[in-house]
Amino acid sequence: MKSGVYGAMFQREYTLAFRQKAELVQPLVFFVLVVSLFPLGVGPSPEILQRIGPGVIWVAAILSSLLGMERLFRDDFQNGWLEQLALTDASLAGLMAIKVFTHWLVSFVPLVIISPLLALFLNLTEPMYWALLATLAIGTPLISLVGAIAVGLTMGLNRGGVLLALLLIPLFIPLLIFATSAIESAAMQLSYTPQLAILGALLLLALAFTPFAISYAIRVSLN
Amino acid sequence: MSLEAVNLTCVRRDRVLFEELSFTLNKGELIYLRGENGAGKTSLLRILVGFVEPAAGQVKYAGGAIAGSSVRRQYNAELVYVGHKSAVDPHASAFENSRFWCAQHGLSITADKVYSVLATLGLVGLEDVPCGQLSAGQNRRVALARLWFKTSAKVWVLDEPFTALDVKGIELLEHHIHAFLTRGGSVILTSHQPLSHLTDWRSLELEYRI
Repeated sequence: MKSGVYGAMFQREYTLAFRQKAELVQPLVFFVLVVSLFPLGVGPSPEILQRIGPGVIWVAAILSSLLGMERLFRDDFQNGWLEQLALTDASLAGLMAIKVFTHWLVSFVPLVIISPLLALFLNLTEPMYWALLATLAIGTPLISLVGAIAVGLTMGLNRGGVLLALLLIPLFIPLLIFATSAIESAAMQLSYTPQLAILGALLLLALAFTPFAISYAIRVSLN
Repeated sequence: MSLEAVNLTCVRRDRVLFEELSFTLNKGELIYLRGENGAGKTSLLRILVGFVEPAAGQVKYAGGAIAGSSVRRQYNAELVYVGHKSAVDPHASAFENSRFWCAQHGLSITADKVYSVLATLGLVGLEDVPCGQLSAGQNRRVALARLWFKTSAKVWVLDEPFTALDVKGIELLEHHIHAFLTRGGSVILTSHQPLSHLTDWRSLELEYRI
């Protein structure tokens, strides 16, 4: 019975995400546009692009995630679905973990898939590309999980977008530093396992604690 | 199974909405909650279902405080809350919204049952239209379908259930409430319009306080 409840949550989120295709595609398009403007802006010199490439991709990924993040709970809060969820037996933390997972699946996985194209724009070498892929795979779920707490807290406010950015950007700085440093190490043919390990540790910590923080944030917003 | 409010006090934005409010909602009883706009009707209902912590006092269900986990579980299983936010997603159809809600609340309802309930509510032919394209009254009907789906419910908490409904819809809902009461259910509802088909109710008046 319980697993059915979580499965139903996944199915609902997944179905609804694909009903709003425009909102789904918007962050992705933003991401691609920002990254593709850089070669035009800073000049097509391959060395410079390779130098700034990892940072550009990661900054664009974080900013585009903020664009789509606000949507995470907004609709369900406004139409009252979250109230109904709070009245079910399933744990709100578990349901929120599923919601965040679905959000990651529909908004970040496409971004990871499209990243080879962007690596080409920015003249990333093959080891750099693999490092980029690894950091995106570990780092983007972290963005979703941590971001969801802030979204949960600000969803009751009108136009919480700016506040959301102010709350979240500082939290994403360590992620940005370790992710880009991993890719730079890869560029110099060095091992980047330590950076990945730190990102992995951050992700595991987030997986363990953020669902509870998110459900608490939601209960506060419902109050 | 009675729902009991014990000395509830609610404070919103430094304004005391009500103080030391106590009442019991017994089996088969209907409480008709009335009061001006801003008197605290919705706040009281949200305290009763447990979204909002009262400033003082507590809500008890079947003798135990609803904050306790075992009572909470039982309360969840026997409660239907229809708030004035309808919890109907505009991108999904009436059928999908119903299925989602039932699945989320652990009810196994067949597709036929969903269609027949939606038909009872006058939504024939509109089951697969996205709810965003339906009228306010039709959306309300989709939300109210939950009262038909959850047959195991013993308590209904309804915040302005008649809003946007037409005369026929109001009559249908009142009859459904009546049938539920005779089965031994308890209902607390707010409404700004007089109840025409329901006769046996207890009134609870909240005053607007400054």
